Amino acid sequence: MSDVALENAQSRHSARGRVRAFDAAVVALLILALWQAIGSWTKGVAVSPPLQTLVYLFDLLRTWMFWDHAAATLAAFLVAFSLSALIGLALGLIFGVQRFTGEVAEPILAGFYTIPKVTLYPVVLLVFGLGMSAKIAFGVMHGLVPMTLFTLGAVRSLPPVLIRKAKVLRLSPGRTMLWVLMPACRPDIVNGLRISFSLSLLGVLIGEMFSSQRGLGFLLVNGMAQHNVPLSTAVVTVIVVVSIAANSLMLRLGGRIAHRSN
Amino acid sequence: MTRRRAVLFVRIAVLAGLVASLEICCRTGIIDPLTIIPPSDMVASMIDRVGSGELDESIVNTFSTIVLAFVLAVGCGTLAGALVHRSSRLRDVADPLLASYYSVPTFIFYPLLVALLGLGKAPLVVLGVLSAAPAVMISTLSGLDSVSPVLLKLARVHRLSPVRTLWWIVLPAALPRLFSGFKLALSYALIGVIAGEFILSGTGLGYAISFAYQSFDNRAMYGLMLFVLLVAVIANGILYAWEGRLARRRSAG
Repeated sequence: MSDVALENAQSRHSARGRVRAFDAAVVALLILALWQAIGSWTKGVAVSPPLQTLVYLFDLLRTWMFWDHAAATLAAFLVAFSLSALIGLALGLIFGVQRFTGEVAEPILAGFYTIPKVTLYPVVLLVFGLGMSAKIAFGVMHGLVPMTLFTLGAVRSLPPVLIRKAKVLRLSPGRTMLWVLMPACRPDIVNGLRISFSLSLLGVLIGEMFSSQRGLGFLLVNGMAQHNVPLSTAVVTVIVVVSIAANSLMLRLGGRIAHRSN
Repeated sequence: MTRRRAVLFVRIAVLAGLVASLEICCRTGIIDPLTIIPPSDMVASMIDRVGSGELDESIVNTFSTIVLAFVLAVGCGTLAGALVHRSSRLRDVADPLLASYYSVPTFIFYPLLVALLGLGKAPLVVLGVLSAAPAVMISTLSGLDSVSPVLLKLARVHRLSPVRTLWWIVLPAALPRLFSGFKLALSYALIGVIAGEFILSGTGLGYAISFAYQSFDNRAMYGLMLFVLLVAVIANGILYAWEGRLARRRSAG
């Protein structure tokens, strides 16, 4: 009896999965069709159609020039993301445990999160000079705050008994963070990492789009300025695909961690 | 209450301290005046620029673009959210799309939009809508999810028409979530439009800042920057306060 019910449930489940896969394929086709429509409607002066872009992209991936720009973006992004993640995590844990400091800091951080930071980019350029460090600083400006806010929220919503327990065991602040707070907040930390990942990438790319000589953002703006439509479309495609892939990976990872800690 | 006041006091003190130390560093030459000008000069420059009237056109341009993008984003996002909420099949499609859309730096579409729509208001509005509408859609979905089934049953028992159900039951119940979506939408529209103007445009406040930067006019640049940031902070602050009032009225009544 229960076997039959289980089997039924499983077949229903797989039927739903099949419908989902079908729908996802339809959506993918729709997006491609829209892309093609825009491409042919504008006769390729703004956006090159999917197939042409793909062919161009394969040629582009074999050029040394592309990898040079991609490496510049990747290096700036990796440094910016690691700095945002580490500093954000530390600040979030501190602000979470020290309630008063946290309450003082949170609205300031939230306010900073919602302002158009791009207007501050000239200041970053004046302070750090043109080049890698300005891009990194701008990436950190975007990625640091969400990481801090997510961690802070996670620590604050922990059952207070955990922190009291750590106090009873006389754990040092460092050990409390490492052994108690970080494991307990892991799902939220992964979410914070995800947001911080995409925002620090955004910061680095915007930095490259405005007065820079290297990187994918520069390549994109440059392609536009030279009316090299396939180039700019290909760069946008690469960035979109990479960021969606990274995000899905982190979503899956976060889901697994949340599952395990339950 | 006293604790809240203490927090507020310390917060203001911290901010004032930061501004004051920046002022001192600039005045004593620890920070090169070619890099950052003293905050008092920034304020003076802002008052000069805005008072002189030379910016009126840019201000009108920028804020009308932002408002247009915000209104469109709220309209499209709410409609799309409500539509998707009605069908679980659409929901299955939309949820992963929305989750990954978040990770795409929407801003990289801006050069393509400029090529597509020409330099002007149109690509800026589209960019603003592209960055703000998904946030509204997500909050509409979660708002509609948060309407408890008991309330809907109540509406059915009272034989309310769909419009009245929406107006009297669904909207008030979903409002807090909706509102937080609107708040995000405003700041995303603002960020998108000003960033677009900054990188590639011929008008607006963002363009004025990048123009001042490129012509080494630091004083003008800092004045404009302060103005844009103040407007952003005030706009967000108003929505924040409004949201708090709504929440308090809810818990009171």
